[in-house]
Amino acid sequence: MTSTTAASTVRPQRAVTAGKAAHSGARPTLVRRGAVNLVLLLIASCYLVPLLWLVLAAFNSTAGPAVTWPDRWTFDNFRAVLTPEITFRPMLNGLILCGGATIVTMVCAVLAAYPLSRYRSRMKRPFLLTVLFMTGLPITAIMVPVYGLFVQVDLIDTFTGTILFMATTALPISIWLSKNFMDAVPIELEEAAWTDGASPMQALRRIVLPLMWPGIAVVALYTFIGLWGNFFVPFVLLLSNDNLPASVSIYTFFSQYAQVVYGQLAAYSMLYSLPAVLLYLILSRRLSGAFTFGGAVKG
Amino acid sequence: MSSLAVGSRSSGTARRNAASVTLLRGMPLAPAVVLLAVFLVGPILYCVYSAFTDMALTGSAGSDFVGLDNFTRAFSSADFRQSVYYTVIFTVVSAIIGQNVLGMVLALLMRAGNRAVRAVVSAIVIGAWVLPEVVTGYLWVAFFGTDGSLNHMLTAIGLSPQNILFSTPILAVSIANIWRGTAFSMLVYSAALSEVPKEIEEAAIVDGAGTWRKLLSVTLPMVRRSIATNLMLITLQTLSVFGLIWTMTKGGPSNKSTTLPVFAYQQAFQFSQLGYGTALALVLLLIGAIFSLIYLRALRLGDDPS
Repeated sequence: MTSTTAASTVRPQRAVTAGKAAHSGARPTLVRRGAVNLVLLLIASCYLVPLLWLVLAAFNSTAGPAVTWPDRWTFDNFRAVLTPEITFRPMLNGLILCGGATIVTMVCAVLAAYPLSRYRSRMKRPFLLTVLFMTGLPITAIMVPVYGLFVQVDLIDTFTGTILFMATTALPISIWLSKNFMDAVPIELEEAAWTDGASPMQALRRIVLPLMWPGIAVVALYTFIGLWGNFFVPFVLLLSNDNLPASVSIYTFFSQYAQVVYGQLAAYSMLYSLPAVLLYLILSRRLSGAFTFGGAVKG
Repeated sequence: MSSLAVGSRSSGTARRNAASVTLLRGMPLAPAVVLLAVFLVGPILYCVYSAFTDMALTGSAGSDFVGLDNFTRAFSSADFRQSVYYTVIFTVVSAIIGQNVLGMVLALLMRAGNRAVRAVVSAIVIGAWVLPEVVTGYLWVAFFGTDGSLNHMLTAIGLSPQNILFSTPILAVSIANIWRGTAFSMLVYSAALSEVPKEIEEAAIVDGAGTWRKLLSVTLPMVRRSIATNLMLITLQTLSVFGLIWTMTKGGPSNKSTTLPVFAYQQAFQFSQLGYGTALALVLLLIGAIFSLIYLRALRLGDDPS
């Protein structure tokens, strides 16, 4: 009994001193901060093990599935997979597919974001909620009917069809992000343009777009990275080996043998992941704004 | 408000005029709406239709309307019930508990951590997220394998080696999915927490609230909208995970990691039963819709001024 009352009277005091004068409360904060850092590093080290394997195994010609330090660092694994049919062709296919889809998505998303950002309407909130719902729509669920559809309209195993479908799957999240970035561009500048007789589309092209290039770049890179990693869509919609992008060819290549060559698998995984990682590094500084979902639905 | 001023010249002009203005302003939406309608809404409707037929992969012309046959067949099949069970386990363990809680813990700890530690931890966690899902699958196959890193670590500390890819594959894919997806929740929660005013949290401390009390009564309620939105997004993402499971286990062994997407894929493409496959896909969509409705309802409740 006495101990609890003592604690409850002491605690606010300590808190106040900690808040007001950092010096007197420095020790408990220091200990606490140290504990926090320790826990963070502990979690991170759990995360690190598989990543470590990827890098170490790629440079180790005798790599097994476990993390081991290479006896000798070599590029043998890379040399083995850097061939037209294993690496270059699938990478090029991926570039065409994901690049094309990103362009289609961005044009549609920016156009769609403009009215959503600039005008008020009763339809806006339900529309935005639908878009938000679509961002998470299990694409896997509709792949079976999409396959059926593509067979009937003869779009199966074509780049055009796959690009259009991939663009559509990325569209909801791109609209959502573009709208958020466009909201940050002040409307006053456009109002001036409107009074000077510019059409909304002119205002979008001349005023809004130049001001939100960084935001557009973020959305485009984010879209591209997402598509680059997409496995199921090209896996279902593309059939011939020559058309497969890297995401699928890595699977078909390494699942055809019973004995997996781990070093080559790691080397190829690194090559295939590289574009996504590099693009992410470019945009990491700007991406933080994209993840504020809190007040965004209110519109 | 300022945006409205352009359109409404005077309240006396015909309402029809306003409607056409709305239509004109909505025009830029058209390309996006067309794409979404053709490739997303269309297939969903087609999905609803073909789920009631006996459409097969071969000879797409001959398909008959079979009513609810596909569904009764699904619900009376033990394989289907098992795949629904694993789907729910996978979603709850890896998304709702794993990614969500770990993401929030990381976001909260990051606020209190050192700048350097913060940079290192977020780089590693986000690195796991940026990797393509097939690569993630292979990384974890290697990690969990008989001769993999996990067993090396277990034997090093004197435990007997495990092969959870065979014994509990659903746990293996769940862990892989937590590893892959936590960064997203962490980023969403970091963004949300950075918008919580410092004064309010400090006021709680001055009022005598401990760390836990402050967290539960002040911080978390202030980011509840982000929590609901994030939960909805990661649940739907996790429901549709296919590549990760396919590269890791192909749904096996003996279907012990077959979630609904994998099951639907097998039925439609490996056993050539498109109608049955789409019926299963429809069930998946419905599960997603149910989860979404729950979260949207929570979001709306959050809207009420309290």
